[in-house]
Amino acid sequence: MPITGIQARFTCHVGTFTLDVDLNLPGSGLTALFGHSGCGKTTLLRCMAGLQASQGVMRVNGDEWQNENGADASTSRPVHQRPLAYVFQETSLFPHLSVKRNLMYGYRRIPQQERRISFDQAVEWLGLSQMLDRMPENLSGGERQRVAIARALLTSPRLLLMDEPLSALDQTSKREILPYLEALRDNLAIPILYVSHSTAEVARLADHIVMLDSGKVVAEGPLQAIMARTDQPFGLEEDAGVILDATLSEHDHQWHLFRADFAGGHFWLRADSGLTTGQDVRLQVLARDISLARSQQTDQSIQNVLPAVVDEVASEVAPGTSIVRLLAGSTPFLSRLTSRAVHTLEIAPGQPVWMQVKSVAIVD
Amino acid sequence: MDIYWEPVWLTLKLAGLTTIVLLVVGTPIAWWLARSRHWIRQPLAAIVALPLVLPPTVLGFYLLILLGPKGVVGQLTEQLGLGLLPFTFEGLVIASVIYSLPFTVQPLQNAFGTINEQLLEVASTLRASPRDRFFSIVIPLARPGFLTASVLTFAHTIGEFGVVLMIGGNIPGETKVLSVAIYDHVESLEYTQAHWLSAGMVVFSFAVLVTLYSLNGRLQSGLVK
Repeated sequence: MPITGIQARFTCHVGTFTLDVDLNLPGSGLTALFGHSGCGKTTLLRCMAGLQASQGVMRVNGDEWQNENGADASTSRPVHQRPLAYVFQETSLFPHLSVKRNLMYGYRRIPQQERRISFDQAVEWLGLSQMLDRMPENLSGGERQRVAIARALLTSPRLLLMDEPLSALDQTSKREILPYLEALRDNLAIPILYVSHSTAEVARLADHIVMLDSGKVVAEGPLQAIMARTDQPFGLEEDAGVILDATLSEHDHQWHLFRADFAGGHFWLRADSGLTTGQDVRLQVLARDISLARSQQTDQSIQNVLPAVVDEVASEVAPGTSIVRLLAGSTPFLSRLTSRAVHTLEIAPGQPVWMQVKSVAIVD
Repeated sequence: MDIYWEPVWLTLKLAGLTTIVLLVVGTPIAWWLARSRHWIRQPLAAIVALPLVLPPTVLGFYLLILLGPKGVVGQLTEQLGLGLLPFTFEGLVIASVIYSLPFTVQPLQNAFGTINEQLLEVASTLRASPRDRFFSIVIPLARPGFLTASVLTFAHTIGEFGVVLMIGGNIPGETKVLSVAIYDHVESLEYTQAHWLSAGMVVFSFAVLVTLYSLNGRLQSGLVK
C-alpha cells in the first residue's frame, strides 16, 4: 500500500443512487472531481469526510481514517476526528459569531503543537484583515466564502475538500476568489479535492482529474492527458478541448500579440493587459475551434496554423460528428469535425494535416 | 402579613424549581423530537402534548394514584426511604414538571427545528464533537426558544390549580400555593385578601409577558442586524 497519496474506496447507497468507486489519487496538488449534477461527486466528497455513512476505505498519506473490510474489525473515525477541512457550496458561516470568532472556531479546537497555519497567516492569505469584527450577514457572497476557506485552513488540515465553492457566487465574486484558490493550490503542501461541474474552473485549477458518471469513475488521470482523450464522456460538449502549458516568449508590440511556446509549436495570442514576457500560462484550445486542412492555406484569416499528425479518429461519436486526435510535436489536440468532412478529406491515423486554430484562451 | 407572603414565596419556589428541572429534562426530549425520523416520534410528541388537552384534575388524579401507597412509584419511593410524595412540596414539583412539560418542549422543539443542519456538519468538520456542537452552535442559535420556554413554563406553573388541589391539597407552607390560597379566601368570603392576591397575579402575568415579547423581539432583531 502506498504511503503517499489518497486511497478512497467507497460503496454507499443514497435512496436509489449507488456510489461505487475505488481511487488512488495523488497526495498533493489539486484533484478535480468532475461530472454532471447527480453524478455522485458531492456524495464521494461526503463519504471521504465521513459526513455520509459508507462502506469503504479512506487513507490519506499513510494515515488511515476508515477501514471497513467486512470480516476485519471495522473502524471508521467520526468526522470531527478526521484531520480534514471542508468548504461547503453555500454560505456556511455561523450566523451568531463574528468573522473573527468564526475563524477561531476551528483554530482553538486544534492542539497548539499541531497548528501549522497561524491566524495572521490565514487572515493575510484570504485578505480578511478589514472584516474581522463584522457579522456574516454584512458580508458579500465572495467575502463569506473567503472567510469559510480561511476558517477551514485554520484547522491545519491534512486534506482540503471543496464542494463547488464558487457555484453559489456571481461572476464578479468568482473572479475575486479564483486567484486565492490558485495561490492555495501552489502554496499549500496538502492535497486538495475540488468538486466542480465547470470545465472552466477545472481547466484553470486542476492538476489531476476524476470524471464521474452515475456513481462510477469513467476516467481518471492527469488533467492534460484526460482532456486530450477522444473517448472521454464529455468530449461532445461545447467546451470540450485540450489544456496545455505554455510560456510567453515574445511580445509583438506592433500587432499587440504574444508568442506562446509549447512542446511542439507556438501560438500567437492577443496581448491582454497583465501578461509579461517569460510568464507561464495555461491555455485551453476547444475541439470546436480547430479545423483541419490537407494543405497549408495562406489566403485565410486564421493566424494560428500548425502542422500536425492525425493520431486517432473517433467516428460518429454522435450522429454526424467525429472527433480527431492530433499530435503537434508531443502535444495532443482534439478537433471536432462533421463525419462528412472526415470522410471527404480522407482523414486517417498517421496522416499529416494542417491544424487551423481559430481561438486560444488563457485560463490561468 | 405571612398570610400573603407565604403562598407567594411557595409559588415562586415551585415555579422556579419546575422551570430548572424542565430545562434539564425537556431539552434532550425537544432535541430528539426535532431531529429524529423514528416512527415513535409522533406518539411521543402526542404524550408530551397531553397535558395541554387533559383537564388538570385527570392528570392530578392519576398522579395521586401512581404516587400513592398502592401506586408503582409510591411503593418505589417508600422502599427507597423517601416516603410518599402526595401532599408534599416534592410531589408538587413532580406534578408541575409533567403538567408544564409541553410549555418547555414545544418552544425548544420549534427553535431546534429551524437550525440549519449544515451548520452542524460544518462544526463537525471544524473538529467539534457532538456535545461540543450542541453547546457552541445549537444553544446559542436557539436562545429565543430557551427564553420563551423558561418564561412560559414559569408562568404556567404559577397559574396551575387543578393539579395542585388534587395532589397537594392545601397545607400552609408546604402545598398552599397562590391559586389555592385565592380559592380559599373566596370560599371564606375574604374578598379583600382575594383581591390583593388576584390583582397581584394579573400585574405579575402582564409584566412577564411584556418582558418576554420585548426580549424576544430584541434577540431576533439582534440576529438579523
